Amino acid sequence: MHEISIKITINEKNYEKSILPNTLLIDFLREELGLTGTHVGCDTSQCGACMVLHNNEALKACSILVAQLNNQEITTIEHLQKDNKLHPMQNAFRNNHGLQCGFCTPGMIMSAISLINENNSPTEEEIRKHLEGNLCRCTGYQNIVKSIEEGAKDMREKG
Amino acid sequence: MYNFNFHSPNTIEEAINIYNGSEEPKFLAGGMTLLASMKQRLIAPSDLIDLRNIKDLSEISSKENHITIGSLCTHSEVSNNVIIKNKIKNLAKLANGIGDPAVRKMGTIGGSIANSDPAADWPAAILALKANIKTNNRIILNRDLFIGMFETSLEENEIITSIEIQVPDFFDYIKFPNPASRYAIVGVAIAKYDSNVIVTVSGASHKPFIADALSESLSKNFSSNIPLKTISLDELNEDIHASAEYRANLIDVLTKKIINNN
Repeated sequence: MHEISIKITINEKNYEKSILPNTLLIDFLREELGLTGTHVGCDTSQCGACMVLHNNEALKACSILVAQLNNQEITTIEHLQKDNKLHPMQNAFRNNHGLQCGFCTPGMIMSAISLINENNSPTEEEIRKHLEGNLCRCTGYQNIVKSIEEGAKDMREKG
Repeated sequence: MYNFNFHSPNTIEEAINIYNGSEEPKFLAGGMTLLASMKQRLIAPSDLIDLRNIKDLSEISSKENHITIGSLCTHSEVSNNVIIKNKIKNLAKLANGIGDPAVRKMGTIGGSIANSDPAADWPAAILALKANIKTNNRIILNRDLFIGMFETSLEENEIITSIEIQVPDFFDYIKFPNPASRYAIVGVAIAKYDSNVIVTVSGASHKPFIADALSESLSKNFSSNIPLKTISLDELNEDIHASAEYRANLIDVLTKKIINNN
């Protein structure tokens, strides 16, 4: 099997790499670039721990090949913090105890930002529906929903 | 996942030439089923041919009383499309009920139809509606497409380019989803053109099928007063999620629910 050459922008940094075609985005991020903030949970496209942003929308990095993303751009959880300050959505999760073990949290936050990009004042019902692709086994989701409500408000206010 | 050669052609002709020149190739659309199957080593293609760089396969248009949906439109594109929302709003609702938001962003209508999972939502809808499946070299009538479990009448090197649907007087689809996968344990689609009604079922058998007795009854009288238990249990799936009897009952329940909701 031949390696292929790809160009991809991750967190505003351009990479030109030669990769095996079966390289999944999640493995590329974690193993090749050392960006371990994006987690591997179920590895079967169900739990959402591996969510990253592509064109402002969340996708599951365990279920896409880097080869499918040639010349495209990805944002991971590592790139949310600006000037040493947490992103409003990260801050809202901290304020509302939106996590217990924290394993699902990077995916939850990327998923939440993806929702706010599409609908900046979601109802509780819309938040819960949107989270159908993110599993948390600790919290019962109450505080996650509360966090996203606050995060949405802060994101609206900060433009 | 085993390794493979990766190709990203820009035209259909190029895609088919690569297919014909490869050992055990597979076309790749959104990859929501194919990549998952490859990760589990259920399938090991020698070559993956990514169709997403081919232009013109992602358009949605309407002409008179027909809409045309490009095969590479994602579920999310279909569910947010103004033409679909205006002409067959419940088709947008169906698309918005597939998987979860991240799956809908990648998965495509053409991929779902070509994969022909008996529990998928699109095949039942396409079978109920007056629809033709356009490929790179012919037009296939909906009833001739779904021939078995994960089996269609498509040739191996044939690519669905679009789906053409005649706008119905009424259409709806409801499913009783498996709570984990969101696939239908049973789904029912109803399409009505004048007095002609077709009821189709997903999830319950080895392929989507037309419920003849229900279709006939609703064609005569479009009311929830339907004949019950008309589907032979021999044709229905039985698994850890639901018995055949349970599925048969769900078909009646969902059919009545659609009529009563509208």
